Parts: sequence; C-alpha cells; structure tokens
Amino acid sequence: MVDPVVIVGGAMGGLRTAESLRRSGYSGPIRVFGEEPHAPYNRPPLSKEVLAARVDHAAVAFPQGDATADVEWNLGTRIEHVDLARSVVVDERGDEHPYSGVVVATGLRSRHLDLPAMPTSGVHAVRSLDDAIALREVLTPGTRIVIYGAGFIGCEVAATANKLGAEVIVVGKGPVPLLRPLGAQLASDIQSRQEAHGVKFFMNSRITRVIGGDRVESVLLDNGVEIWCNAFIEAIGSEPNVELLDDNDVDLDDGVRVDQNLRITRADGTPWANAFAVGDVARFPIPRFSDRIRRVEHWNVPTEMARKVGKVLAAQINDAPDLEAETSKAFDPIPSFWSDQFEVSLLAYGLIDEADRVELLEGREGSECVYGYFMGDDLVGVCGVGMRSAVMAYRTKVGR
Amino acid sequence: MLKIHVDMEKCQHYGQCVFEAPAVFHLNDEDKLEYAATADDSQRDDIQLAIEVCPMQAIKFVE
Ligand SMILES: Cc1cc2nc3c(=O)[nH]c(=O)nc-3n(C[C@H](O)[C@H](O)[C@H](O)COP(=O)(O)OP(=O)(O)OC[C@H]3O[C@@H](n4cnc5c(N)ncnc54)[C@H](O)[C@@H]3O)c2cc1C
Ligand code: SF4
Repeated sequence: MVDPVVIVGGAMGGLRTAESLRRSGYSGPIRVFGEEPHAPYNRPPLSKEVLAARVDHAAVAFPQGDATADVEWNLGTRIEHVDLARSVVVDERGDEHPYSGVVVATGLRSRHLDLPAMPTSGVHAVRSLDDAIALREVLTPGTRIVIYGAGFIGCEVAATANKLGAEVIVVGKGPVPLLRPLGAQLASDIQSRQEAHGVKFFMNSRITRVIGGDRVESVLLDNGVEIWCNAFIEAIGSEPNVELLDDNDVDLDDGVRVDQNLRITRADGTPWANAFAVGDVARFPIPRFSDRIRRVEHWNVPTEMARKVGKVLAAQINDAPDLEAETSKAFDPIPSFWSDQFEVSLLAYGLIDEADRVELLEGREGSECVYGYFMGDDLVGVCGVGMRSAVMAYRTKVGR
Repeated sequence: MLKIHVDMEKCQHYGQCVFEAPAVFHLNDEDKLEYAATADDSQRDDIQLAIEVCPMQAIKFVE
C-alpha cells in the first residue's frame, strides 16, 4: 500500500491543498490532521458577522464538493512532531503516521501579553471560531471594551463592537492605527472615520498591566492612564505554529522557510523533496516584489499556495512528465486583501508594507480614492477606498 | 450545462471571481457584480476556482 499524503492543519490552507491534489490528478489517500474540532471554515467573518449575529459553524464552513469526499479528516487531533528524515508525523497520543508527502498548513496563533497577574476571565482574542463565539457573549450594548492592537483585526473588531452598542477604546503602540499595512495617509483617514462613530484611540501607548482578579477591571498604560473596562481584547498580532518542525534540519525563523516550489528547505537552502508548507505559516520568496523571503497574512495566499503544492506534489507522486515544467515556474502570486470598517471598504493588491513612499493615484483623499505604494520607482501595492474597477485595473501592474 | 448562483446578500462586489472566470462574472459600470446564471461545462474548473477565491463565499453551483 502507498503511504498517504498527510496534511497538517485542517483550515483553509489544508482544505485547498486537498482539493488541488485531486484536481491535479492525485487519486491516492489523503489524511488531514487538524487541532480545531471544526471542519474548515472561513476566518474573516470572525471579526465581523460572527460577532454581530448568533451564527454558528454552518454559517462560515467552506462548502466541500465531491473532490474531497474521500479525504480522511482527523479533527481535534494535534500533530506534535513531523520527522522529515523518516517521513512520519507523530500525533498527540504518540502514534506515528507515515506519509509519501507532507504539507504543513498550521497557520498562526494569537500572540498573548506577557504580563504578570493577568485576570482569569474577561480576556479575549480573535483567531478561532470558538474565540469569536466567546467574545460575542460580552459585546452587549453599554459594555466597555479595551482592544489592544490597532491592526486589521483590532480595527475591525472595534467597528463591529461599536455597531453593537459597546463603548470601544483602542490602544495602539504606533502613532496611528494600521500604519504599517496602509501607510500614514489612509491610516489617519480610517482613524478619523472610526472616531466619528465614537471609537476612541489611545495611540503611542503600551499597556503595562491588566488589572482584575477573576474578572478584568481596567488596564494601565505606560503614561499612567488607567482605563476601566468590562472586557479586554488582545489583538497584538500572531505567531506562526512551527514547533512541530523543531528538531529537523529546517529554518524556522518567523515561519517555515520554503523555496519557489513551496518545499520546506534545509538550513543550507536545499529543499526536502516531499515536504511542503502553505498559508500563513510559510515564509516564501515572491520574486515579482522583492528579494525578501517573508510571510504574507492575506486570505488569497493559502489558496494560491495550495494550488501550486497540489500540482507539484501530484505530478511528483504520479511521476508525471509535467513535473519539470511545473517546478521550473516559480510561485509568484499577487497577494490581495480587503477590509471592511464602517462605511470604508478597502480592496488592495500587492505588498503595501514593502513600500517606502505612498502616492494618491486616483480620486480624492478622505473620499473614494486609490493609493499607490512604491518601493523606489516600482509600484508594489495599490489600495482603494471604494472604486473597485479602478483598483482592479492595477492588479497586474503591481510588482517590479 | 452548469447552473450558478451568487448570494447577492453576501456578495460585496470584490471582483475576485472576475479574474478566475471572466466568461461568467464581471463588474458593471457601477462596480456591481453581474454574472451568467448558466455556463458551458467547459467552464467548470474556472468557476470552481472562482468559488474558492470569493472572500464572502457567495458563489455556488446549483444542482
Ligand atoms: C479574525 C480574522 C479576520 C481576518 N480577516 C481577513 C480579511 O478581512 N482579509 C484578509 O485578506 N485576510 C483576513 N484574515 C486572514 C486569513 O483568514 C488568513 O490568512 C487565513 O485564515 C490563513 O489560513 P491558513 O490555513 O494558512 O491558517 P489558519 O487559518 O491559521 O489555520 C491553521 C490551522 O491549523 C491548525 N493547527 C495548528 N497547529 C497544528 C498542529 N500542530 N496539528 C494539527 N493542527 C494544527 C490550527 O488549529 C488551524 O485550524 C483574517 C484572519 C482572522 C483570524
Ligand atoms: S468574488 Fe464573491 S464577493 Fe467578490 S464579486 Fe465575486 S461573488 Fe461577489
């Protein structure tokens, strides 16, 4: 019997990999291990619709077709270790599962504050469906919540909670929210719009203590200000789930390093032939933008990566003649993201955070418009407030 | 013949589907999604890709 393809991580990246393997002609066994108890579901609604309505898993689950009907799902099962040299994964019970190919799609987990004496309840994060459902219980009219972190998730949760009638205070380290992902102009525009709806911002601030015993009572900022609250949300970023690859010859510095075919690489840069990583956990080159090897936390990226891995791995296992053609084409996606906060609906392409300069390309600041993000003379990203068709027209123009 | 349905309550007109299956989906002059409710079988893979990339998961095949 042939060993199955093992996919570790039962979320979007894992599901799309299974679909792509089937679409690419791999018909052997596929075994997925996912730590969460839920079948793959869509995360973006967690900071939006799932907080605002009593919806459950069914409302966010990815529809699955015939292609994945015979995939073996081991949900609620954590993989402790992948042994790349022996081609086996070890689950939390210590059982070993051999593989012909392995795809690591373990994503990220929320980063937590490292402060002494944290209260035992009232502290929330938003990464999983269970997180969102727990948070929704406390977002009632009149509650006062402090959100620490002014990135996309912090700002989206702020907008949703404000709409639900909660009093929302965002504490952020930088001068304006969303500075790194959007640049100063657009970032301050969004802050003003959020403030017009009643969201308060304490920027250039750090939280030095979260006060409360069995419930959160207040947070203390580094400038001495104390803000009382009923709930506290940590939205201070995330870290890649890479520990399962410890004790292998790999590079795990901020994500699993992979090559242009998304094969996990050894410390010397050569790839492991039958081990891949996809999604938020992977650190990969995107030649069209820069020489940097980096992670990209955008929704379309796991799907693009899964398509590539499915093709390469299927061709490799089937000993197909198109393997050579597939592996000589470097993975080179155009990342895209969107974000909705109040009446602002953003759509972006490219890698905005690589830019050193921002220019208004179309429209009017503070209203519907398109910003261009440049690294030297190269347009590396565009972001539109509204103006969909205009933004879409730039999609193929980003990159060097 | 394939039948396609887009839940217009969910669709936020992000236009991601347009890149995958331009023969089926497009944004009109007002940047709103328009699509063909039926398509030839040869479009199956493209439409499947559009289903995968739709951020709102608004597209499906109708049996
Ligand atoms: C609240 C929220 C809102 C978002 N909104 C947007 C948005 O508006 N626009 C946008 O572009 N992007 C958005 N994103 C980002 C997008 O959802 C991610 O890029 C995407 O979910 C990444 O998918 P993934 O499969 O790589 O990883 P994940 O979704 O993180 O999945 C990894 C899975 O692997 C499992 N796992 C981890 N370790 C193990 C192990 N050892 N063994 C077994 N299983 C394991 C985890 O439990 C998890 O289920 C948002 C993300 C969040 C959390
Ligand atoms: S990708 Fe989805 S949300 Fe976007 S226009 Fe198409 S159907 Fe609508």
